[in-house]
Amino acid sequence: MSQTITPAPIRKSFTVRATPQKAFEVFTAGHHLWWPKSHSIGDAPLRKAIIEPRAGGRWYSITEDDVEHDWGDVLVWEPPARLVLAWRLNGQFTYDPDLLTEVDVRFAEAGAGLTRVDFEHRGLEAFGDSAAADAIRAGMNQGWGLILDSFQTVANA
Amino acid sequence: MTNALAFAALADPTRREVFERLARGPLPVGELAHGLPVSRPAVSQHLKVLKEAGLVTDRPEGTRRVYQIDPQGLGQIRAWLDQFWDVTLDAFKAEVERQADEEGDKP
Repeated sequence: MSQTITPAPIRKSFTVRATPQKAFEVFTAGHHLWWPKSHSIGDAPLRKAIIEPRAGGRWYSITEDDVEHDWGDVLVWEPPARLVLAWRLNGQFTYDPDLLTEVDVRFAEAGAGLTRVDFEHRGLEAFGDSAAADAIRAGMNQGWGLILDSFQTVANA
Repeated sequence: MTNALAFAALADPTRREVFERLARGPLPVGELAHGLPVSRPAVSQHLKVLKEAGLVTDRPEGTRRVYQIDPQGLGQIRAWLDQFWDVTLDAFKAEVERQADEEGDKP
């Protein structure tokens, strides 16, 4: 008896009270303004998270000790409609250029001053090339999972 | 919180190795322990933690216990990732709307 684990993509859709241009701008140029500071890698606290504004650009963070940490890169840069990022952090929170999972975000006008955001994180099975994929992915999530409770407390305050 | 428990359970490298071995198929404790750099009682202890975290289940088979991955436990892990993006995207939405409101960029 063997078990094949093919995780479904994570999908989120929601509407924001802003234009697609604004939503795209905040998602990218304003990345560090909303990304939870606790959700980072490296030995020091997160100072800034950066998405370089072009296809092929880097997606990385800078920690308070001035060290840069690659997370991935920009696969599709189509402002204000679509952004696709390659997420290349493996189970040990280490950048792996050969690892590919995709974070695909679409911004569509949904009426005056409203934008529908369709989000998908797919290719999760790439975290492992065997049935152990979920274990490896779990390892990646572990560091962030432990702080989630405290973050939610803040977010819900 | 069960998900937090699942991630804590997988933080230990040996425990993750045990879990990954089980991901390839069900095994009794003795076979699981084979080749691992820890004692069999230690493996049993790891299995206990994994079981409490909802990641593995066990069943008797003759005189021994066979362990396997609990699909419900894996479902919980995916649910955690799902929840992570919920929280992160909520923060994004809040920031976009804060800026839009500031700039009078409203319907």
